[in-house]
Amino acid sequence: MTFLDHCQKKTLYLGEDELIVGERGPAPKAVPTFPELTCHSVEDFKVLNTREKQPYTISQEDINTYAEEVIPYWKGRTQRERIFNHVPETWRRAYEAGVFTEFMEQRAPGHTALDGKIYKQGMLDFKQEIQAHIDTLDYLNDPEANDKAEQLHAMNISCDAVILFAERHADLAELKAKTENDPLRKAELLTIAEVCRWVPANAPRNFWEALQMYWFVHLGTITELNGWDAMNPGHFDQHLAPFYERELAEGSLSREQAKELLCCIWIKVNNQTAPPKVGITAKESGTYNDFTNINIGGLKPDGSDGVSDVSYLMLEVIEELHLLQPGSSVHISPQTPDKFLHTASKVIRQGHGYPSIFSPETYIAEMVAMGKSLEDAREGGCSGCIEVGAFGKEAYLLTGYLNVPKILEITLNNGLDPLTGKLAGIKTGKPDDFYSYQDVYDAFLKQLNFIVDQKIRVSNYIDTMFAKYAPAPFLSVVIDDCIAKGRDYYNSGPRYNTNYIQCTGLGTITDSLSTIKKHVFENQTISMDQLLLAVANNFEGEEKLRQTIVNRTPFFGNDDDYADDIALQVYEDLLAAIDGKPNTKGEAFHLNMLSTTCHIYFGKVLGATPNGRLAGKSISDGTSPSHGCDVNGPAAVIRSLTKLDHTRSGGTLLNQRFLPSLLKRDKDIKKLGNLIRTYFKLGGHHIQFNVVDTATLRAAQAAPEDYKDLLVRMAGYSDYFNDMNEDLQQEVIDRTENESF
Amino acid sequence: MNPSLIFDIKRYAINDGPGVRTTVFFKGCPLHCEWCHNPESYSAQKQKLYSKEKCIGCGDCVEACEQHACVLTPEGIKTDTTLCILCGKCAEVCPTKATEMSGELRSVDEIMDVLKRDVPLMEQSAGGVTFSGGEPLMHPELLILLLDECGKMGIHRCIDTSGMSNSELLLEVAEKTELFLFDLKMMDSKQHRKFTGIPNDTILKNLRKLAETDVQIIIRIPLIKDVNDNDDNIQKTAEFIAALPGEPRIVNLLPFHNSAVKKHEKLGQIHDSRPLSEPSAQRQTRIIEIFKTNGIQASIGG
Repeated sequence: MTFLDHCQKKTLYLGEDELIVGERGPAPKAVPTFPELTCHSVEDFKVLNTREKQPYTISQEDINTYAEEVIPYWKGRTQRERIFNHVPETWRRAYEAGVFTEFMEQRAPGHTALDGKIYKQGMLDFKQEIQAHIDTLDYLNDPEANDKAEQLHAMNISCDAVILFAERHADLAELKAKTENDPLRKAELLTIAEVCRWVPANAPRNFWEALQMYWFVHLGTITELNGWDAMNPGHFDQHLAPFYERELAEGSLSREQAKELLCCIWIKVNNQTAPPKVGITAKESGTYNDFTNINIGGLKPDGSDGVSDVSYLMLEVIEELHLLQPGSSVHISPQTPDKFLHTASKVIRQGHGYPSIFSPETYIAEMVAMGKSLEDAREGGCSGCIEVGAFGKEAYLLTGYLNVPKILEITLNNGLDPLTGKLAGIKTGKPDDFYSYQDVYDAFLKQLNFIVDQKIRVSNYIDTMFAKYAPAPFLSVVIDDCIAKGRDYYNSGPRYNTNYIQCTGLGTITDSLSTIKKHVFENQTISMDQLLLAVANNFEGEEKLRQTIVNRTPFFGNDDDYADDIALQVYEDLLAAIDGKPNTKGEAFHLNMLSTTCHIYFGKVLGATPNGRLAGKSISDGTSPSHGCDVNGPAAVIRSLTKLDHTRSGGTLLNQRFLPSLLKRDKDIKKLGNLIRTYFKLGGHHIQFNVVDTATLRAAQAAPEDYKDLLVRMAGYSDYFNDMNEDLQQEVIDRTENESF
Repeated sequence: MNPSLIFDIKRYAINDGPGVRTTVFFKGCPLHCEWCHNPESYSAQKQKLYSKEKCIGCGDCVEACEQHACVLTPEGIKTDTTLCILCGKCAEVCPTKATEMSGELRSVDEIMDVLKRDVPLMEQSAGGVTFSGGEPLMHPELLILLLDECGKMGIHRCIDTSGMSNSELLLEVAEKTELFLFDLKMMDSKQHRKFTGIPNDTILKNLRKLAETDVQIIIRIPLIKDVNDNDDNIQKTAEFIAALPGEPRIVNLLPFHNSAVKKHEKLGQIHDSRPLSEPSAQRQTRIIEIFKTNGIQASIGG
C-alpha cells in the first residue's frame, strides 16, 4: 500500500529532450532514504553533506523533518536496530574488529537481475497470473494459504502501482506536448505518452517500449526497497535483439535511433545514485552509485551464441558516452566471434576500465554445480560485480565480506585483535606453541570456521527478519516462481535461493602463509618471535627483514607452485567452511571471491602482515595477486589463478593492469584477446583490465581538473580516478604495471 | 666450450614473433652492437648486476663475500673485479635484489617446464617459443636439445639471431626451426665492424644460405639515427634482400630505444659512446618507401 501511495504522489520528472522517462527521486541524482531499514541521524546528514568525496546535498528543511518526525517515529523499530539488538557478543566482537562486514545492516538484500519475461508479459498479464493463484488457494488444506493470499494481494497492488506511475508520466507528457512549440519535440512527447500508456501494463511492442518497460520495472524495484546494488537487466542485448531486428527489417527503426534510445537508458542508470549510508560507512565510503551491470554477448538459453548487432551497438554506446554507470561486461564463450572480442578489446584499450570480461562456460558450470538447471544457468550471468545468478529466477544474496588475512592476524595473536587488544575470535593457541607450519595452519582453520559460523548464524537471523518485516512484493512479481509459490522474494519465493559470503584477500593470506612456511619453518632463517615482533611494530627498524620477505618469498600469481599450492589449500578450506551450509530457505551458502572496495577497508583495520605488507595498506582484491607481486606477467598470473577450481565458487575476480604501450597495435589487441580466451579455456571466471600508465595517474593526482574523464576499473567496477580518495588512488598506482614486455 | 647460461625467460612476449611467445634468452654474443638493449647478453660468462637505488646499505654482501671483493662505500657497493670470482654469494644474501647475478645454468627440463605452462596460450594465439639472446647459435648443444623437445610437443619454434655463426650449424638448426628473425644491421662491412665489433661477410653469406632453404625468415633491421638510416645503406640493404633466393622477404624495422642506459649502469659499465636515437618519423616513412621501391614490404615493429 505504501508503494501504491508513493507511486500516486511522488513528484514526477520529465527532462528536456528525454525519450526514456522516470526517476527514482524528484530529479536525476536525487535519492530517498529508507528509515524503516536504517534511520539516519542528524549527525549522519551533516557528515554526508560535508564528506570530502561524493558529498550529498540534504536541505536543512529535510534534516529538520527528520529530527522532528522521522527519527522519533522509527526509533527502536528499524531493521538495523532489530538486528543489532539480537546479535551475539561473539559476532559483535568479530564485526567490530573488521573480520567481516554485514550487507544487510543498512540495506535490503537486493542484487538481482531479470530474465526475458517482462518483454513478453505486461503487468496486466502478471495480474491475471496472480489472480489465478489467488483463486485456487486451498484454505482448507494449506496452512499457509492466508499468508499466500496476503502476499499475492500485495503483488497485485504493486502491479497497479507501477501501471499508475507510468500513466502519470503519460499524462505529464501529454500536458507538456500541449505547450511545446517545437514540432519535433511535440511528436516525441506524444510518443512518450503513448509508450507509457502501453507499458508496463502490456508487453512491449517495439524497441522503445522494451527499454521503457525495463526502466519502469527497474525503478519499481529500487523504489520499493533499498536493495543492495539495485537491479540489472541481465542479458539486455539478447532481450532487445528481437525487437531491434524486426523493426530494422520493417523500416520502423534505424540503427541510429536504436543507439540514441540505448544512450538514453545508459544515462538513466547513470543518474541513479545509491541511497546514503549511515555511521562510519557514510564517512568512509566514497561510493555513490548502485552497481548495474549489463551483460553483453554470451550464450543464449539454448546454448547458441548470443551476440547480435545490439551487442555491437552497446559497445559503441559505452565507448562514446564513457559514463560511470551502468557497468558493462562482455561474455566470451568459445562460440563468441573473434570480431566481437576484438571490438570489445578495443573499448577496453580506451582505458575507461570497462567492459569487464566473463566466461559463460565457467559460470554456467558454477551454477549447474549449485543445482540449477542447464537452461536456467545459461539464462543467468553476472550482476553487480562478478557474482553469478540465474537471472529472473534467483535470490542470490551477498551477505558480507570476510577479511581472510585478518583471521590469520587474530590466529597469530591467540584470538585477540592486536589493534585493540580485545578478543575477536577464539583462543587457538599461542604462537610459541606452534612447532610446525601445519600447527599454524590448523589454528587458522579453527579460527576461520568459528568466524564463518558466527557470520552464518547472524545472516540467517537477518534473512528471517527480512522475510517477516520487509517483503518486496513488486520484485516478487518479476522473479520466478514467487507468484506460483505465493511467497515473497525474501521468503524463498524464487526458484533458487542462495547466500554468498565474499572472501577477500587471497593474495595477502597466501603470501603471508608462504612467508611463515618458507622462512620460519623451512629455512629457519627468521624466527617466529622475530617475525611477529616485526609485524607488531609495523616493520619499523626492520626494513631489511621486510625486504628479504618481499623479494625472497614465493608469492601468489607467479605460476610458482610453492605459493599457488598454499592459495589452493586456503581456497579449498574456505569452500569447506562455507559451501553447503544451510540457509533459512532450505538451500545453502556458497563461496564468492569478490571484494568491490572492501579490501581497502579491510586493510585499514589490519596491522602489518607477515608478507611485508605495512599496517593500514589495502589487502589484495578478489583472487588477484597482492599488488605489485605478480612479477612474471599475465601469462603466469592466469596459470596461477586457474590452479583454483573456479566452478566451485560463485565467482572469482582477477584485476590486471595494462599500460597502453602493450596495446598499441591491432595485433597487440588480438594477443590480449588470446590471453582472455586462454584464461577462460583454463577455467577462469572473470578478468578485467585497467589500461593506463603511471605517469597519467600521477598527472591526474597533480592536476585533477585535467583528468576528469579518467575512469579506472577497481575490483569489480569502474570509478572516476578523481572521485577516489588518496588511498584508492595510491592503490591503483601501486598495482603491477606490465610495462616491460 | 662454455656452459650455456640463460639470463631470462620472458612470458607473454608480444614482440618476438607471431602470436604470444615465451622467449628464452641465451647469454653471450659475438657482436657487441653499440645500440644493444641487452648489454648483459654480450658476455657468455656470469655477470654481477648492481642497482644502487635498490641498495639499502645493509652490508650483508660484504660479510658474505669470501674473496673480500665487495666494499660498502658512501656511493653504494663497489666490487673489486680483480678479486671477484662471480660465485654469486653476495646476490644470494641481498635482501632487496640490488645485487643480482645475470646468467644461470638451466637444464632442458627446467626450461621445458616453463615452456609447457604456456602451451595453451601459444596454441590459442598461434604463438610459440623464441630463442633469443645474446646469440642462441653460440649454444648449439642446449639449443638443439630444446628445439627437439619443442618439436615433439608441436611448439612453434623461432630463432632470433645475429646470423653470426658457423654455416653448417645454422643449416642444421634451420631444419628444426619454423621461423628465423634474422638481424641485419648494415651493408658496409667496415662500418659494421665499427659499430658491432665484427665485419658482416659471414652474416650476409649465412642469410643467403638460409634463404636457399624453405624455412621462413623475417629480416629485422634496427634503425639508428646517423648510424644506418642513410639512403645509401637502406638502398643497398633493400637490394641485397631483393636479390635473396626464394619468396619475397618480410622486413621489420625496429627504431632504436634508449632502454639500455640503466643496464649498463647495473653492469658497472660506463657507456661513453655518443648518444644514440631513433630516426625521425619522416625518415622512417622514407625508409619504408625505399624498401617499397625495391619491392619489399617493410613495416615498423615486429
